[in-house]
Amino acid sequence: MPADKPLVVIARRGSRRWISAADPAASKLGLRVGMPASKAQAMVADLLMVDAAPSEDATALERLALWALRQYSPVVAVDGADGLVIDTEGADHLQGGEDFLISGLVNRLRGHGLTARAAVSDTWGASHAITRLISAETTVVPVGKVTKAVVDLPILALRLPAETIQSLRVLGVDTVGQLSAMPRAPLTLRFGPEPARRLDQLFGRVAEPIEPIRTPELVEVAKNFAEPIGAPETIAKYVRRLVDQLSAELAENGLGARRCDLAIHRVDNTRQHLRAGLAKPVRDPARLSKLLCDRIETIDPGFGIEKLVLVAVFAEPLEERQVASALIDEEIADITPLVDILGNRGYRLFRVAPVASDVPERSVRRIPATAPDIGQTWANKWPRPSRLLAHPERIDVMALLPDQPPVVFTWRGKRRKVVRADGPERIFGEWWMRPREFQAVRDYFVVEDELGERYWVYRAGDGIDPDTGSHLWFLHGVFG
Amino acid sequence: MANDALNPVLAELRERIGRLEGSVQRARQALPFDVAEVDQALPGGGLAFGALHEVAGGGGGTVDGAAAALFSAGIAARTRGKVLWCMTRPDLFFPAISQAGLHPDRVVFCESDREEEVLSAMEEGLSFGGLSCVVGELVRLSMTASRRLHLAAEKTGSMGIVLRRWRRQNEASDYGQPTASTTRWRISTLPSERLPVAGVGRARWLAELMRVKAGECAEFEIGAPDAKGRICLLPTSGDRADQTTRWRSLAG
Repeated sequence: MPADKPLVVIARRGSRRWISAADPAASKLGLRVGMPASKAQAMVADLLMVDAAPSEDATALERLALWALRQYSPVVAVDGADGLVIDTEGADHLQGGEDFLISGLVNRLRGHGLTARAAVSDTWGASHAITRLISAETTVVPVGKVTKAVVDLPILALRLPAETIQSLRVLGVDTVGQLSAMPRAPLTLRFGPEPARRLDQLFGRVAEPIEPIRTPELVEVAKNFAEPIGAPETIAKYVRRLVDQLSAELAENGLGARRCDLAIHRVDNTRQHLRAGLAKPVRDPARLSKLLCDRIETIDPGFGIEKLVLVAVFAEPLEERQVASALIDEEIADITPLVDILGNRGYRLFRVAPVASDVPERSVRRIPATAPDIGQTWANKWPRPSRLLAHPERIDVMALLPDQPPVVFTWRGKRRKVVRADGPERIFGEWWMRPREFQAVRDYFVVEDELGERYWVYRAGDGIDPDTGSHLWFLHGVFG
Repeated sequence: MANDALNPVLAELRERIGRLEGSVQRARQALPFDVAEVDQALPGGGLAFGALHEVAGGGGGTVDGAAAALFSAGIAARTRGKVLWCMTRPDLFFPAISQAGLHPDRVVFCESDREEEVLSAMEEGLSFGGLSCVVGELVRLSMTASRRLHLAAEKTGSMGIVLRRWRRQNEASDYGQPTASTTRWRISTLPSERLPVAGVGRARWLAELMRVKAGECAEFEIGAPDAKGRICLLPTSGDRADQTTRWRSLAG
């Protein structure tokens, strides 16, 4: 399909055919969503037209929702025919905050060739309206600022039937602010309860729970309580029972859980969710229940809990494997359970691996804690400091150019006399990383002061040619 | 007892009951330094597994903890199994640590934002049981916290090392406060020996064993860990006496 030609998607009902979507080239030529197909053809000569496939769109959207369910939050649902709604409460910090969450989401979708707009706000209604009516790619509405953000928006995105919106516009109501200023009684008499309900949902005056998307493949177990429960011990007991059931069902399907969500339904019709993520597929009840019971104190039972639902939202095939029986050598324990426990508490777990680079700050990279063993270590045998400063610090130095170590240096206001020194160790810039480093040079010295404290200092430049560096001195690390 | 040798099941049961009652101390293993003088000063002939140890630096090392980190890494390198290293300030340069014999594949780092989280990660790591050594970089260590860590270590036999480093040098007087740790070390740098040629040789440290349960305090002049994590005893230098008094006055 040629990319430069305007492309529109044509929907049809009966004999009526209209544009249901248009690409940027088509929009530039004045084609709009809702325009009859014949008019579009009359306006643009070589227009590419594709028939709409609403059921395929719905399936694709559902797939996207399931992906978001695994990646972002335990509560994800399809919103209308063209959107997703995600409950980000308590899930945004995992992505570094709300801003990073939605910009990351939009960027990842763009990587897959999808154009998306995202908004975070206090209510489903407000986010729905903002994403559809504001052209900014991402919008974050601060807590409690929903009214200000939506009051000037047109009533188009209130999730009302098209006829209602048409009639309201005939009455001269264009914006949300105008509609909410109208008296409720005549409005309800004329249009039914729907406009008032949608307004209340938009402003967060009534709760609007999001029913998370579920598919038949997801393994789900639930427990209803005749009497609401609230004590932590009771919750823990039932969580353990649910985990036992879930593991049994996972075992039946030959699966192991990678993400588990515990949905807590309270008597006042609000829900909380706990998510437990695992580094490798697991169906060991003890491990799963420890991860969930670890965070029972974060549950607020309120007036009581009437239902607990446990879902393995992300399951992977898990095969039983035979481990070699150890006769002589001690088994080095698998640490994935510990990684899971600490990872779910929000610690940043990592291992380090060598990188073939002489520049100290580039010679280490972080890898996941459960990554397979690298087996390598740093090939360089020159002395390295055990503490490396994040940013080299300027020091005042008295030294002979071009290649003598400092005689005296002042660091953090303290003057130190150098008794012993070793160097220089010359490290060249890596022009393949940044072209500006083509000529850059650092000369590193190990210096020991009168007290025996050792430091790693360097001079930017080779001491002769000013192109190689500024000839300023820096302290980069502290030896033990 | 002669019966124990004949019937291992009974012997094991006796041991389990003894452990439940807490009357019989489990025979603990220890990690020797392979330096006779140091091992003699430690009950059990080395650093005890299943116990908590404290290491801090002296002088400038109270803030950067560079020598203390290398000393701890040398200990961790000589254990067998994985090591958990918990910290809040990620300034450890691992190429240096790997030069003390600790392979990067063996170390899992656990970075958090607050001190208390380091404590809880250490406790979790010590009670997990599959780790040989858990190192945590901490500013404060209260009696209660250290006792919890010690109990967790005692249960599984992992070694816990608390690496104390402070924000400012004068805060290091905190190191005098009692904790439940089995040994307490202070590693300060000393001027190294003059080499016949220009350059610096093996780093010389003053390792003060400030506190040891059921043992006497001692001081050693040691050489920094080699590529296998082993320290060595160096001949005492002439100006040692005034060095140590100076450190004491600095650390209060």
